[in-house]
Amino acid sequence: MLADPVFLLAVAFNGLTVGAIYALVALGLALIYGVLHIINFAHGSLLMLALYAAFFLFTLGGVDPYVAVLALAPGFFVFGYLLQRFVIAPISFGRDTNVLLVTLGLSIIFDNLALYLWTSTTRTINVPYAQTYVDIGVTAVALPRLVALGAALLVGVAFWLLMTRTDLGKAIRAVARERQGARIVGISVEHIFAVSFGLGTAVVALAACLLLPTFYVTPTVGYAFVLIAFTTVVLGGMGSFIGALLGGLLLGVVEAFSGVLLGESLGQIGIFLIFILVLLFRPTGFFGQRVA
Amino acid sequence: MRLRSGQAGALFVLAAFFLLLPQFVTSSYWLGLWTLTLFYALLGQSWNLLGGYGGQVSFGHAVFFGTGAYVSAVLQVKFGFNAWAGAAVAVAAGGLVGAFLGAVSFRYGLRGSYFALVTLAFAEVFRVLVNSWELTGSGFGMLIPLRPGAAHLQFTDRTWFYYLILALLAAACALVWWIERSRFGAYLVAVRENEDAAQALGIDCFRVKVVAITLSGALASVAGVFYVQYFLFVDSHIGYGPAMSVNALLAPLIGGAGTLFGPLIGAVALGALSELTTLALGKTPGVNLLAFGVLLLVILRFLPNGLMGLFRGRA
Amino acid sequence: MAVLEAEGVSKRFGGLQAVAEASLRVEPGRITALIGPNGAGKTTLFAMISGFLRPDSGSIRFDGREITGLAAHRVCRLGLVRTFQIVQPFAGLTVRENIAVGGHLKEPDRGRALAAAAAIARQLGMEAMLDAPAQSLTVAGRKRLELARALATQPRLLLLDEVMAGLIPTEVSEIVAVIRAIRDAGVDILLIEHVMQAVMSLSDDVYVLNNGRIIAHGAPGEIAANGDVIEAYLGQGAAHARG
Ligand SMILES: Nc1ncnc2c1ncn2[C@@H]1O[C@H](COP(=O)(O)OP(=O)(O)O)[C@@H](O)[C@H]1O
Ligand SMILES: [Mg+2]
Repeated sequence: MLADPVFLLAVAFNGLTVGAIYALVALGLALIYGVLHIINFAHGSLLMLALYAAFFLFTLGGVDPYVAVLALAPGFFVFGYLLQRFVIAPISFGRDTNVLLVTLGLSIIFDNLALYLWTSTTRTINVPYAQTYVDIGVTAVALPRLVALGAALLVGVAFWLLMTRTDLGKAIRAVARERQGARIVGISVEHIFAVSFGLGTAVVALAACLLLPTFYVTPTVGYAFVLIAFTTVVLGGMGSFIGALLGGLLLGVVEAFSGVLLGESLGQIGIFLIFILVLLFRPTGFFGQRVA
Repeated sequence: MRLRSGQAGALFVLAAFFLLLPQFVTSSYWLGLWTLTLFYALLGQSWNLLGGYGGQVSFGHAVFFGTGAYVSAVLQVKFGFNAWAGAAVAVAAGGLVGAFLGAVSFRYGLRGSYFALVTLAFAEVFRVLVNSWELTGSGFGMLIPLRPGAAHLQFTDRTWFYYLILALLAAACALVWWIERSRFGAYLVAVRENEDAAQALGIDCFRVKVVAITLSGALASVAGVFYVQYFLFVDSHIGYGPAMSVNALLAPLIGGAGTLFGPLIGAVALGALSELTTLALGKTPGVNLLAFGVLLLVILRFLPNGLMGLFRGRA
Repeated sequence: MAVLEAEGVSKRFGGLQAVAEASLRVEPGRITALIGPNGAGKTTLFAMISGFLRPDSGSIRFDGREITGLAAHRVCRLGLVRTFQIVQPFAGLTVRENIAVGGHLKEPDRGRALAAAAAIARQLGMEAMLDAPAQSLTVAGRKRLELARALATQPRLLLLDEVMAGLIPTEVSEIVAVIRAIRDAGVDILLIEHVMQAVMSLSDDVYVLNNGRIIAHGAPGEIAANGDVIEAYLGQGAAHARG
C-alpha cells in the first residue's frame, strides 16, 4: 500500500489541506513574533474563541462561516489590538518570559471561560457543502478543505502585498527591524505592535471560519494547535511568512504520513519531535534569521 | 549558616500549624484538600528550584511528574515491585529525564521562551508515547491494586497521607533552604540573573543548569509517586498533560518564585481561591482555573515577586 | 616570560574584519593599556582572550599555557578574568551578593565568601552600598562593581574594559589609585581605556589598535609622540578624553 503512488499522493494532498490551516494559524503567530519578538502562547486559545464565535453565529444566527468571516476577522482584529495594547504590554513590562507567562495566563483564562460558559461538549456544525467532495484525480477532497488550501495561499500573497506595498507594511517592517529607529522617525511603536497583534488575531479568525465546516470545537481545541503553530513558525524561520506558509503545509503532510505509518495516536509524535529537533539543531529555521 | 530570626519564627509557626492541623481538621473533605495543597506546594517547589532560583522557566514540568507517576505505577503493576522500591526507581528516573532534557536543551543554548516550549514539547512526546504503549496501559491508564499497609505505601487512614506529603514537602524545603545557603545556590541565582557575567566569574553555567534540572526532575517525580499512591491511578492526561505543567508553575509564581516559602504560600492561596470560587459560583468545571488565570495576571502586574513580595521588599 | 601572549589573532563578523592578526604581550608586574578609536576591535580582542569568542585564527597563551578556544569559565578558573564595557551586574542581587559570586571561585563557604565580599567592597570604597540591589547603582557604582566582582575571584591577570568611561574626574582618580593598588598587590592588568590622562599615568606599555590591527606599541611617551597614532586616534580621542 505504501508503495502505491496514487495512495501516497492522496495522503500527501490530504496533508496539504490540513497543513493549509496550520499555515494560516502559524502566519498570524509568525507576524506577531516577527514584529513584537514575543511568543504568544494564547494563540491557540484565540483560535478556539474564534471557532466558538463562528459556531454560535451559525447555530444562533444562521450565518455561514464563510460569510461570518467578514465580521469575525475585523472583530478579532480589534480584540487582538486591545489585548496587546491594554493587557499584554502593560502586564509584561516588555520582558520576554513575562510575555510568555502573561499569554499563558490569558490562555488559561480563555480556555476555562469557554469551559465554564459552554461546557466541554464537542460541537460541530452541519453545512451542506461539507459533504461535497471534489475529485482531484488521486483522491476526492471535501470542498471546504480545498477552499482552505486556496485561502491559505491567497492570504499568504495578501500578507506579502500588505508588507511590501503599503505604508502600514513599511511601518511594521521598520518596527520589526529597528524599534528605536522607528520611534525616532515618529512611528508609534506601541500602536504598530498592537496592529500586528490584531492582524495576527484576525488571521486566526479567518482560519477558524475555514476550519469549522470540517472540524469541531471544544474549550481545549486551541491547545492542539499551539505547539503545531509554534513548530510551523520555528520550522519556517521565526517571523518569516513564506516560511510559515511552507512550514505549515509541510507539517500537514508530515502529520498525514506519520499518521499512516504510526497510527492515529502515535502519529502526533512526529510534529513534536520535529519541533524539538528544529529548535535544538536549527533554531534559525529554514527561511529565517538566527533567533536572538 | 543560621536561620534569620524572622525565618526561624515563621518556620516554627508553620511547623506547629501543619503538624497540629489534623487535630482540628477532622472532616475528610478538608483533610484531603490540605493534602492536595501540600502536594501542589511540593510540585511547585520542584518548579521553583529550576524556574524560580535558576530562571529556567519550564512549561512542561509534567514530563517529570508523569515519569515519577508512571515509573512507579508500571514497576508495581507490571513488574511486581514493592511500592517503596518502585518509588526509589521512579525518583531516579525523574532525575534522569531531567538530566537528559537539560543536557540537550542547554547544550544547544536554549533559553527563555524556547526552553519553555521545548519542555512542553517533551511532555507531549511522553504523553503520546504512554498513550500508545501497552506497557503503560495505553489509553486506559494505570490502576494500582489496592493493598493497604505502610509496606505498600498505602494508608487506609488518610491522615497518614497528609503526614507523608507534609514530610516530603518539608524535606524538599530543607533541600532548597540548604541550596539557598550554598555556593551552588549562589551560582544558580547568578546564572538566572546574567549568564555572561556568571561565565566571566568562572561559573560553568551548563553544569549548574543541568544539576538544577536534575534535582527539579527528581523532586517533581516524588510528587508523581505520591499522586499515584494517593489516587491509585494515573493516565496520560493526568501524568503528562498540560494541566500538571501549569499546576507546577502557578503556585510558585503566585507565592513568589525564587523564595523558599513561595510555593507553599502560593499553593495555600490557590487552594483558598478555589474554595471561594466554588462557594460563589458552584462546582462548575473551569471556574477554579479561570480564577487562577486572573490571579496570575494580577500578580504579574502588581506583585512581580508574588505574595512573598507583600512580606518583604524584595524576593 | 609574558603572562599573556596573543599572536596573530583574527576575528571576522560577516563582512567585517573586527580584529586582524593582532598580537600583544602583557609582561608581569606591569600595567598594559590597549587603546584605539571606537569600533577598533578592542572589546572583541578581549572577548577572544577571555574565552567568550573563539578566534578565527591565531593563538593565545596565558602563563605559558595555550588557552585558545577554551571556555570562558575555564579561562577564569586559570586566573584570567575580564570585566564588561557594557556592565553586566546580577541586577536583582545586592552588591554584597554580586561580589560574593566572584569570591566563590576560590571559597566554597557561603559565609566566608560574603565576608570577603564586604572586605573587597571596603577596598573599593563601596561599603555604603553593600546591601543595595545592584540595579539601584549609578553608572560609576556599576563600573566599580564590575571591578569588585572580578577582583573577588583573586585573579592573576585582570582585563578591564573601559572601567572609567562615564566617570567624573574625581571618580577617575579614585579608580586610578585602586588600579595601582591592585597592581601592587601582584595582579597584572591589561586595560582598555579612552580616558587619556589615565592611560598615560597608569600604564607601562601601550598598544594601539585601529581597524582591527595593532598599529603601534611602546611606552606611553612614545605613543603620544607617534604620528600614525595621533592621526588614527588621538585627534578623535582628544574629544573623547572627557569621557
Ligand atoms: N557580535 C558581533 N557581531 C557583529 N559585529 C560585531 C560584534 N561585536 C562587535 N562587532 C563589530 O566589530 C567591530 C569592533 O567592535 P568592538 O570590538 O566592540 O570595538 P571597540 O571595543 O574597539 O570599540 C565594530 O564594528 C562592531 O560593530
Ligand atoms: Mg569596546
